Amino acid sequence: MSELHPNKPEFRNINAFVDLPTYRLPPAGWVSILHRVSGAFMFLLLPFIIWLFDTSVSSEISFGKFKAAFSVGVWGLPGFFIKLITLGLIWAFLHHLIAGLRHLYMDATHSVTKEFGKSSAITVLILSIGLTVVLGAKLFGLY
Amino acid sequence: MSVNFGSKRIVVGAHYGLRDWLAQRVTAALIALLTAVVLFQIIFTSGEIGYDKWAAIFSGQFMKSLTFATILALIYHVWVGMRDIWMDYIKPTGIRLFLQIFTIVWLLACAGWAIQVLWRL
Repeated sequence: MSELHPNKPEFRNINAFVDLPTYRLPPAGWVSILHRVSGAFMFLLLPFIIWLFDTSVSSEISFGKFKAAFSVGVWGLPGFFIKLITLGLIWAFLHHLIAGLRHLYMDATHSVTKEFGKSSAITVLILSIGLTVVLGAKLFGLY
Repeated sequence: MSVNFGSKRIVVGAHYGLRDWLAQRVTAALIALLTAVVLFQIIFTSGEIGYDKWAAIFSGQFMKSLTFATILALIYHVWVGMRDIWMDYIKPTGIRLFLQIFTIVWLLACAGWAIQVLWRL
């Protein structure tokens, strides 16, 4: 093989820092890796998510703390930073949910052609990023 | 009865993969359902949503039970997903075992907290 394609790089033990940034992923590949990234991100921030749930439903006083976290901040972190983390969570949840629905749809209808894989992946990316922008604008008080 | 011992023993096909694959989808559907139910109530609540209206969404017995079931489904869903990530990227057995134990403890602790919040509502 190496005689037929002398300039073709061979990926064996790939170097994460050299090879991964130059490896071009198709849309379905982006949806797939982002599904993992968003899932792992929500896993790590689970205590923060439950803290949001706890403070927002427990009492009138804790609800005040919940609201204050987004304006004056909490744990020594500014409110802007809390909003940024929350924006990250909004994206992670939306991407994970929509990419998951794509999986369920493909499983249920056996839509496993290359074309559908590409078009549905692009739909997932547009929907998740679009909804994140809309909800993010609300979160940062743009409307 | 097909032979499944000796040289004819089937060493694959224990259906662990199918079980996790199915569990991942069933738990995901439950999480999506709760998301839809909560969203539906937020959208069709008239006026601004303050503490009262927000807490009322989760305080009814039906929503409490559904949320409880969804928390358990979520924990199992995250366990399958995180275990897949560790199995794919972490090869040394010791580190992988440590991360898997960390994941279980982390998830159980989070589940306990979430259920505690729900229960005292």
